Amino acid sequence: MSADLATDTALRSRVEDFLYAEAALLDEWRLDDWLQLLSEDARYEVPSTDRPDGRPDTTLMLISDTRPMINARVTRLNSRKAHREFPWSRTRRIIGNVRVLAVETDGDLQVTANFAVYRTRSGRTHVYAGRYRYRLRPRGEAFQIAFRRAELDQENLDEHGTLSIIL
Amino acid sequence: MTYRNELVVDDRESGVFRVHRSAMTSPQVLADERAQIFDRCWLYVGHDSEIPKPGDYVRRTVCGRPVIFLRDSAGTVRVHFNTCTHRGATLCREESGNTRVFQCFYHAWSFDTTGRLIVTPGADAYAAGFDRSALGLRAPARVESYRGMFFLNHDEHAVSLLDYLGGTVEYLDLVFDQAEEGMRVVGGTHRYSVGANWKLMVENSIDGYHAPTVHATYIDFVKNSGGGQNKAALGTGAGVDLGGGHTVIESTAAWARPIAYWEPFFGEEARPEIEAKRAALTDRYGVERGTRMAETFRNLLIFPNLVINDVAAITVRRIEPVAPDRVALEAWALAPHEEREGSAALQRRLDSFLTFLGPGGFASPDDVEALESCQQGYAAQPDVAWSDISRGMSRIPLPDDELQIRTFWRAWASVLDSAGFPDRVEGVESPGTTRTSAPAAAGAVRS
Ligand code: FES
Ligand SMILES: [Fe+2]
Repeated sequence: MSADLATDTALRSRVEDFLYAEAALLDEWRLDDWLQLLSEDARYEVPSTDRPDGRPDTTLMLISDTRPMINARVTRLNSRKAHREFPWSRTRRIIGNVRVLAVETDGDLQVTANFAVYRTRSGRTHVYAGRYRYRLRPRGEAFQIAFRRAELDQENLDEHGTLSIIL
Repeated sequence: MTYRNELVVDDRESGVFRVHRSAMTSPQVLADERAQIFDRCWLYVGHDSEIPKPGDYVRRTVCGRPVIFLRDSAGTVRVHFNTCTHRGATLCREESGNTRVFQCFYHAWSFDTTGRLIVTPGADAYAAGFDRSALGLRAPARVESYRGMFFLNHDEHAVSLLDYLGGTVEYLDLVFDQAEEGMRVVGGTHRYSVGANWKLMVENSIDGYHAPTVHATYIDFVKNSGGGQNKAALGTGAGVDLGGGHTVIESTAAWARPIAYWEPFFGEEARPEIEAKRAALTDRYGVERGTRMAETFRNLLIFPNLVINDVAAITVRRIEPVAPDRVALEAWALAPHEEREGSAALQRRLDSFLTFLGPGGFASPDDVEALESCQQGYAAQPDVAWSDISRGMSRIPLPDDELQIRTFWRAWASVLDSAGFPDRVEGVESPGTTRTSAPAAAGAVRS
């Protein structure tokens, strides 16, 4: 991280505000609004718990979505027939340790953040904990998400059973 | 008690098959299963492609017992129990890696990869009767393999693995022969557990009946993704009792397969490659077998707890009982070696896998929901004590009938009763009965 970026608190604040707003949309299940934050070429990845460094062309991931797949995931979650999420679970995203690591030559920001996502349903609450990696594309004062990846600390999904929400 | 008749009612005269729900909730049943089934049947450990080099190892838990699956320094694949023969510490504490020596972190006893005890610090403290050669790592009674798939058996008198696999070999070959340079397990494991009895996961893995309801959103997705479902596939194929508790559903591919059935889902750019693979299969194996390999789905159960789904991708799923109401799953993707890391072919296969399968897929989460809701429903015992698995007993089974689930349960009860495996079912199970008409109106309730 360059010294400039580390001390650019104005930029970091804007990034934080953006990530908090995104988290609110997801917590409120406003998934169609959330889709508006994504670029047309956006990707969404969650590596398998035993390979947090995994890549979709070498490794079995948990999620490896192109933009059309993200749209399909949202369509599915909006349906009453996505049984694992009907009725919807309650989720609460806590995001912190937001860092702007680099600005790419095309202007995209490389951002990391820590997360704890609480999911409550059927009398149980469990936590997905880990690190986000984002590629954010500046659009005026706001951003577009070109890439988002959630790397889990959990060694398995024994508590969770599934990853049926958008992390 | 006998399992057959008391917990599994197989009434062929009436065409009714029922399972008592205590089979899914009783700790005694699980204890019997561990002793009669899991201590006697061949249990999958791993594939040798997971440990390609001498010294490679992975940790596994096989029916509750911790093991190290490794390739020793001379290249032989072995299974050791992962417990120090001194006072029991877990010897190998990393999930996977490569080593020449396993040194116990507790008192530093050290074992080579063949399991031999080679170092006991302070050796002069032991008397002459202390036999170091008898304190090597323990191995399961039997370890055997077929096409790189390694299984263990705790019963030294068990039949050979090949005899045990019996009728499944034909289907394993149909899977493994798709590769030109052999199959491998791709890195990355789906590890999750479900609040349900392990047999519910077995049933679900070979249940064609639930797809239109449980997986409605997946089917909609396939329709909307431009591929469409292969209409010719609807209602094709059937469940087959392979003997030995093993069973398979083979049916015409309902959607795209990396080897080798192109649909628009894969994109136009992938078409030449997939069609070339299709042609190569026919060249190697002839039209009939080549077509069968390329254009059929296989959902294979190897009794008691291994599932191989050769569908939109190939998954190997190991089902591990944890408690009467909890099952742990491990699932891997198989891919041909020639689909190199970083290639479009491998990514296509893995993306195809993920669309349906796994904790983050468009289908498996809803299976998990169904299983957990069944387990919760069993709390209504003893008032509601039986599950029904009679579908299709009076006809040649269709793929959405329940013959393959009955096949599992018949073997389950028979092995628990120490009666070995039952005879294979061929043809119609209850030919004397015909389909029921609509149920009569309910009788009056006692006031
Ligand atoms: S328990 Fe392993 S050396 Fe003592
Ligand atoms: Fe299913």
